[in-house]
Amino acid sequence: MKALQKFMDKVRPNFQKGGKYQYLHSTFDAFDTFLFVPGHVTKKGSHIRDGVDLKRTMFLVVIAAMPALLFGMWNVGYQHFLNINETATFMETFFYGFLKVLPLVIVSYVVGLGVEFIFAQSRGHEVNEGYLVSGFLIPLIIPVSTPLWMVGLATIFAVIIGKEVFGGTGMNIVNPALLARAFLFFAYPSQLSGDKVWIAEQVDGTTGATPLGNLLTATDKLPPLPSVMESFIGTIPGSVGETSTLAILLGAGILLFTGIASWRVMLSVFAGGYLMGLVFNLIGANAYMTLPAHMHLLIGGFAFGAVFMATDPVSASQTNRGKYIYGFLIGLMAVLIRVVNPAYPEGMMLAILLMNVFAPLIDHYVVAGNIKRRLNRMKKIAA
Amino acid sequence: MSTITTIKKGLDIKLVGDAEKTITEVLAKRIALKPTDFTGVFPKLLVKEGDKVKAGTPIFFDKYRDNIVFTSPLSGEVTEIKRGAKRKLLEIIIKADSKSESLDFGVADPTKLNKESVTEKLLKSGLWSMIKQRPYTVIANPEAKPKAIFVSGFDNAPLGPDYDFILHGKGEAFQAGLDALTKLTEGKVNVNIHSDQTKTKVLLNSKNVQVNEFKGKYPSGMVGPQIAALNPINKGEVVWVVNPQDVINIGQLFLTGKVCSEKIIAITGSEVLKPRYIKTSAGVCLNDILQDNVSDVEKRFISGNPLTGSQVEATGFLGAYDHQITVLPEGTDQRFLGWIMPNLDQYSYYKSMFSWLTPNKKYKLDTNMKGGERAFVVTGKFEEVFPFDIYPMQLIKAVMAEDIDMMEQLGIYEVEAEDFALIEFISTSKIEIQSVMHNGLEFLRKEMS
Repeated sequence: MKALQKFMDKVRPNFQKGGKYQYLHSTFDAFDTFLFVPGHVTKKGSHIRDGVDLKRTMFLVVIAAMPALLFGMWNVGYQHFLNINETATFMETFFYGFLKVLPLVIVSYVVGLGVEFIFAQSRGHEVNEGYLVSGFLIPLIIPVSTPLWMVGLATIFAVIIGKEVFGGTGMNIVNPALLARAFLFFAYPSQLSGDKVWIAEQVDGTTGATPLGNLLTATDKLPPLPSVMESFIGTIPGSVGETSTLAILLGAGILLFTGIASWRVMLSVFAGGYLMGLVFNLIGANAYMTLPAHMHLLIGGFAFGAVFMATDPVSASQTNRGKYIYGFLIGLMAVLIRVVNPAYPEGMMLAILLMNVFAPLIDHYVVAGNIKRRLNRMKKIAA
Repeated sequence: MSTITTIKKGLDIKLVGDAEKTITEVLAKRIALKPTDFTGVFPKLLVKEGDKVKAGTPIFFDKYRDNIVFTSPLSGEVTEIKRGAKRKLLEIIIKADSKSESLDFGVADPTKLNKESVTEKLLKSGLWSMIKQRPYTVIANPEAKPKAIFVSGFDNAPLGPDYDFILHGKGEAFQAGLDALTKLTEGKVNVNIHSDQTKTKVLLNSKNVQVNEFKGKYPSGMVGPQIAALNPINKGEVVWVVNPQDVINIGQLFLTGKVCSEKIIAITGSEVLKPRYIKTSAGVCLNDILQDNVSDVEKRFISGNPLTGSQVEATGFLGAYDHQITVLPEGTDQRFLGWIMPNLDQYSYYKSMFSWLTPNKKYKLDTNMKGGERAFVVTGKFEEVFPFDIYPMQLIKAVMAEDIDMMEQLGIYEVEAEDFALIEFISTSKIEIQSVMHNGLEFLRKEMS
C-alpha cells in the first residue's frame, strides 16, 4: 500500500494544474480517489465528518443490485436451455448467462464512464459516482439480446441528455438508467418488446413472450401464466435483472437497512400498484382486469422499478410527504398503463419517468404547506 | 414546574476526550480580543501598542454603533495589534500584569434599576457584547425590544462542557445576572435546562424567570431548537441569547462593580492528555492553558466544540463566545480504498458503516473530509437530525440561490449557521453547509438593513 501511495504521490503533480497531463486531471483524480480517500481536511464549520461519502453510498446500491444481476445471469442461461430443450448443470447455466450479460455491463460502463470523464474533464470537476449505479442498472432492465451498439447508443443518450445537460449527478430530472431504456423502447421498439427478444439465441418458431406480453394479447380469458412461486423466484422470461422478485427483495433489504433507499417510496409504490390491481379486479371488464392484484407486483419490472428506480433520490420527490404521493402514483400509473394502454406491455418505466417529471411539483405543494403554516403563525401574531 | 419539551430529532456523536470534572486554575499570561469573533462589527481601535489598560478599559468600538465598546478583561499592557490582509484588525493582544486593576462601574442592585440604566452599565463595561441577537447572531441592538431572552443551561454537543459543574456555587451572581436581563425585555427571560441531567440549584432555583425543561439528543441543548420549540422567531422579531457563564459575569458586574473576566473552560478532545476544566480568563492564549497537555501528532486546535467551533492556531486565543477548547488529530492521512473498507474506527450516522454495532463506543475522529465534494444526492436524511419545522435542503438551496423571498418563506429567521452543524456532519456530499448558511445570513442581513 505504501508503495502504491508513494507512486500516486509521485505522479500526481503531472496531472495537476501546470502538469504535462493536465488535460487528464479529472480522470487521474477519479482513479486516485478510488484508490485512496484523499487527505483533504475540513476548514471551518463542522471539523469532524461522517465516515460515509457518496462513493460508498453509490457502491452499496451496486452491491444491493448484485443478487438481481447474478440471478439474471443464471436465468438467461436457464431460459436458453429451456428453449433449446437441453439440460445443463447449474454452472453451465450460469456461465452461459454470464457470457451473455457481461458484454452488456462492460459496454454500459465503458461508454457511460467515458462520457462522464469527458464532461468532468471539460468542466474541471471531479468525476461523479452517480454513473456507478446507472451503469449497473442499464444492463439489468433491457432484454439480453439487445445489440451492444444499441446499448452504447442508449447509454450515450441517457448520460448526455438525461444528466450532463442538467449539470451532472444530482441535477438530473429523470432517472438516467430508465431514460436509456426509454430511448431503446421508442427508437427500436422491436428490440424491446414482442416474443423474440427475451431469450438468448432463441430457436426460430418458438415463443419467448413475457407474462406481460401474453396478458396484453389476451381477450376474454387470462392466458396461462407462471405460478406465483415462479414469478417470485424469477424463472420466467424478461429483462435481465427484473424477473426475480426474491433477488430484488434481497437488494431492497440492503437498501432499506442502510437507509439509502426511502422505505416511503418503496412501500407506497407497492401499495399503489396493489390498490390499482384491486380496483381493476372490481371493475373486471376484460380478462386483464381480472389478474390477481398481487401478480402485478411479481411480474414484469414492477418490483425492480419500485426498489431500484423509483427510489433514486435525485429524481424522486425530496420531501417525506411527497415521497408517499410520488411512490403511490408510480404504482398506480404502472398498473394503469399495463392494463389500459394496448401499446405498452410494461407500464413501470413510463410511470416512473412520468412521476420523475412531476416530483418537483409534488415537492412544491408539500413545501407550500410548510410555508403556509409559517404565514399563519405570523398572521396570528399580527391579529 | 413547567412541562418537558422533548426534542426528538438529533444525534449524539460520542467522542474520546470528555473533560474530567476537576478544575485547575491557570492565570492567563496573554489574552486577546478578536474583532473577527463579532459578526458585523467594524472595529475602531481606542488603544495602541504599549498602552497600559485595566480590566474594563475600552479597547475598540463598533464604527457603526459607537455605543458598543469592547473592553479589556484584565489589567496589563497592549503588546501587539495584529492585522491581516487590507489591514483588517485580527487580534489585540494584551499581556497580563500582576496588579489586576479594574475600572469601577459602580455596585448596583439590578432589581432596583430600570432598563436604561442596566443597558448603560452593560454598554460601558463592554459586557453588552455578550448579548447576542437572533436572527443573524450579531451583538444585540440596545434600542431593540426583544421578544424574549434565552439562556441554555446545558450543552450536549459532542465533548460539550457540563454547565452543572461550571455553575456550581455561583448562584448569587447568576441570579443577579438574570435580574439584570429581565429588565431588558418586556417578554420573558427563559432559562432552559435538561429535564434529567440538570441538577444544580443555581439553575433550578432561578427566580423571576421562566424555567423550561428539555430532553433529547444534541442539538436539544442549543438555543436554536429550544427557541423553535417554544416560540419560533417570525420575520421582524428578535430574541436575545446569553451564555450562562456570561450571565454570571453580568451578575458580577452588578455585585462588585467590576468587569469579571473569569471563565471556566473545558479542555477536551482525543489529543488532550488530561482533558479537564480550567479556570482562567476570557480570550486566554491556548499556549498558556494547554502547554504540554497535548499529544505529539499533527493537531487541529478548535475554540469551541468539534461541530461549531472555529479553528485557531496552537498559539491562538479562545474566542469571545467560546467556553471550550477541543484538540483533534488533523486528518491528512489517505485511506486506501477507504470508501469501501469496513472502517471500524470510523463513526457514521448511516448503517452503511458499522458504527451502529457499537452504539456506546467513543470514537477518536480526525478532521478528514472523508470524501470529495459532490452535489446533493441523498435526500430525507437532513430532516432526521434537524429539529425545526423547516425543510433544510430546500432552505439551503434557496440560500445558495440568494433567493430572499424563498429564504423568508422557508424560515430563515428561525435558524443560524450553527443549527446546521449536524447536517453538515452527516452530509454525504461534503458541502460546507455552515459556511453556506453563514454567508447567506450575512447576505440577508446586509440586504435588509
